[in-house]
Amino acid sequence: MISLYPLKEFRFPVMAECINPDIFQDKNREEIEGLKIWEGNKQKRLGELFKVEETGMKKKQEETITIHGNMGKVRRVGACMKNGEITIHGDAGMHLGEEMEGGKIIVHGNVGGWAGSMMKGGTIEIHGNASHYLGAPYRGSSRGLRGGRIIVHGNAGSEAGAYMKKGLIKIYGNTGQFAGFRMYNGTIFIQKDCEGRVGACMKNGKIIVAGFLKSVLPTFTLESIKKKVKIEENETAEGPFYRFLGDLTEKGKGKLYVRKDKNPHLSNYERFL
Amino acid sequence: MELLIKNGFVYDPINGVNGEKMDIAIRDGKIVEKVNEGKARKIDASGMVVMPGGVDIHCHIAGSEVNTGRLLRPEDHFKDFERKTSKTRSGVGYSVPSTFTTGYRYARMGYTTIMNPSMPPLEAKHTHEELSDTPMVDKATYPLLGDWWFVLEYLRDGKIEECARYVAWMMTTTKGYAIKIVNPGGSEAWGSGRNVSGIDDEVPYFGITPREILRGLCKVNKLLNLPHTIHVHTNNLGKPGNYLTALDTMKCVEDLVSEGKPSIHITHCQFCAYKGSDWKTLESGAEEIARYVNTRSHVTLDMGQVIFTDTTTMTADGPFQYTLYELTGNKWVNHDVETETTSGIVPFRYRRKSFVHAIQWSIGLELALLIKDPWKIFMTTDHPNGGPFIFYPRIIAWFMSRKAREATIKKINRRARSRSLLPSIDRELGFFEVAVMTRAGQAKVLGFKNKGHLGVGADADVALYNINPETTDPSKKYITLRKAFENAAYTIKGGRIVAKNGEVLEHVEGATMWLDVQVSDPIKITKEMKRRFKEYWTVEYENYPVTENYLKVSRPIIVKADV
Repeated sequence: MISLYPLKEFRFPVMAECINPDIFQDKNREEIEGLKIWEGNKQKRLGELFKVEETGMKKKQEETITIHGNMGKVRRVGACMKNGEITIHGDAGMHLGEEMEGGKIIVHGNVGGWAGSMMKGGTIEIHGNASHYLGAPYRGSSRGLRGGRIIVHGNAGSEAGAYMKKGLIKIYGNTGQFAGFRMYNGTIFIQKDCEGRVGACMKNGKIIVAGFLKSVLPTFTLESIKKKVKIEENETAEGPFYRFLGDLTEKGKGKLYVRKDKNPHLSNYERFL
Repeated sequence: MELLIKNGFVYDPINGVNGEKMDIAIRDGKIVEKVNEGKARKIDASGMVVMPGGVDIHCHIAGSEVNTGRLLRPEDHFKDFERKTSKTRSGVGYSVPSTFTTGYRYARMGYTTIMNPSMPPLEAKHTHEELSDTPMVDKATYPLLGDWWFVLEYLRDGKIEECARYVAWMMTTTKGYAIKIVNPGGSEAWGSGRNVSGIDDEVPYFGITPREILRGLCKVNKLLNLPHTIHVHTNNLGKPGNYLTALDTMKCVEDLVSEGKPSIHITHCQFCAYKGSDWKTLESGAEEIARYVNTRSHVTLDMGQVIFTDTTTMTADGPFQYTLYELTGNKWVNHDVETETTSGIVPFRYRRKSFVHAIQWSIGLELALLIKDPWKIFMTTDHPNGGPFIFYPRIIAWFMSRKAREATIKKINRRARSRSLLPSIDRELGFFEVAVMTRAGQAKVLGFKNKGHLGVGADADVALYNINPETTDPSKKYITLRKAFENAAYTIKGGRIVAKNGEVLEHVEGATMWLDVQVSDPIKITKEMKRRFKEYWTVEYENYPVTENYLKVSRPIIVKADV
């Protein structure tokens, strides 16, 4: 197990794709300290920015990395990781777990934008808040989430799960606008309130809003009322839920579930049933 | 500066040199008979292939269309970037690279002359700004004239000579090189949301057919003695069953040949060689096209080969791009360029496992291999429509090695594999034929006198590839071959070594070639014409022409016309 401690409060963005269990695997402390890392426009060694400590079992099957300290300016931690585990006790920067294929990242703090961007597998668990573009692809790209799970215990920003193709995003707090924008498939579960424009341009997939939703886009139609909705294997959300279909502008077959008792203002839709 | 390239295996098809061991002497940017051996800088080319610098007849590298493509696709750039070095500038891009990167990447592959097709005359200034910023290569651009209202009106009225004078004016005004025709009539019809479905369909409002446009502009091309033929992107491009339209297009100018010069160039022919009634029954029409081209001498083609990768399609064929958008559901751009043409951009991914894409891949190579005369078919990917130009070495490997083709065929869609003609084709091209298809043939059909060959007096554009034709069998060692063509051992541009083993040594500016078409009675800019400018264009006449000081390095080519 490797522990990393930031040696200072970072002023410039740090590009830390080398903080990755696959890269740390089978490396000793000196080798890890020698890994190349960019701070602002200067290339440095990991050892210059972090204190590296080796603890516990040396030859473990899968490497685990624990980071203690504020990583708010440190980007791309765990990018492309396939195995192992990263735990961050503090905030994490943008592009956390970008294109990750497996393994687990746990953050006991807030994370920046694009967490789990273009992810293919694995799990990201965030105990604080997530910023915008949670699980959304790089700007302009349509290669959204293609597998894996993202669990946020706090709130999330706008465009969570944009272009999502597969996998699960669970947000136990509130979200901003455009959750599930241009979603193709997969599931997004929002425990609390949602700012609106949910599922804009969605083609397929499932969005569950268990809190208050100010309005549903006019391109969604109410199909039925369901007692409960399956989130994943062995987990269901108890309703009742309005089940909307859309987005009709894209000839979509996406399903948007909105909790009935929290949204009495949507009851006028019921006359279309 | 004097240079002497010693002991290379020289392939110079225009001068009939086929792999002979020769020395090439260079002085002041030109190839000469001999130089002072003591003084000249020597390059030991023993065990290397020496060819003229590559010529690309069709490659979208500059202009508003390409630039919009760059803006549309930030995701195309973020993984493919080049850092600046002490010699070169930084840049990004994969399928739509920035101008500097385009120049450097071409130079690394041994290319020295690039033709940028499809410049809407209205966007000529922008195109020339970007071309001026594209280093390392000489370049030229083709203005789109097939749907220009002036052309349509004069051709409808049968005034060929009048039309020729306007085309000559436009060629010089926009600093163009050849007449480019894209979906003749169809682009104009797209302005009112329609298209033409064949070469005898009438264009709305103008009452003229694509056949008349093609024949008219072919005659204009002849009257003006332009060095290249008309450069045609056919109607019905990218639709199953369109090989018949392509054949009709070739046939319609069959009688307009003179002095053995071809009369038409069909560009990215792969996209118009589809048989079948819909995408499910798609088949290759390459055999029929090859059979026709093999028996005629008035037509040249370029491939438009598909590469299995993520790319950006961009053409001036608005309706086709709209169809592509409907097919993919991707983000898109579509634009109507006032009185001149249309354009569209859609990102696209060619997949090995897709039946249609695999058939497309196969058609390109079938065309190249079934057409017996390499002087009639040239290697392009219609960059970036079929794939980025950096994949040219891969296509060369497919040409020269059956084994390389089989390795790819194994990975493609199974149904496409069973329908492809490729497994039945044994032909493997040699270095001589590759030299024809990648430089000599293209230079010849473009009418270059000083490019595409290594004769005395030619521009000293030379490419050296580190592969020994005596000891290496390209059909077996295709990966070695590909690597050799990916990074030229030396690229010499205008007598200077600009790239060596994949490293750019020097940032040089390339010239922009354009035609100064001299007619006996040039058109006058009358009040009537200015009125039309006011009425039809959003640009005033005064702001329209590209003046010569707009070009960084201007190289006018004077053409005496017959009108």
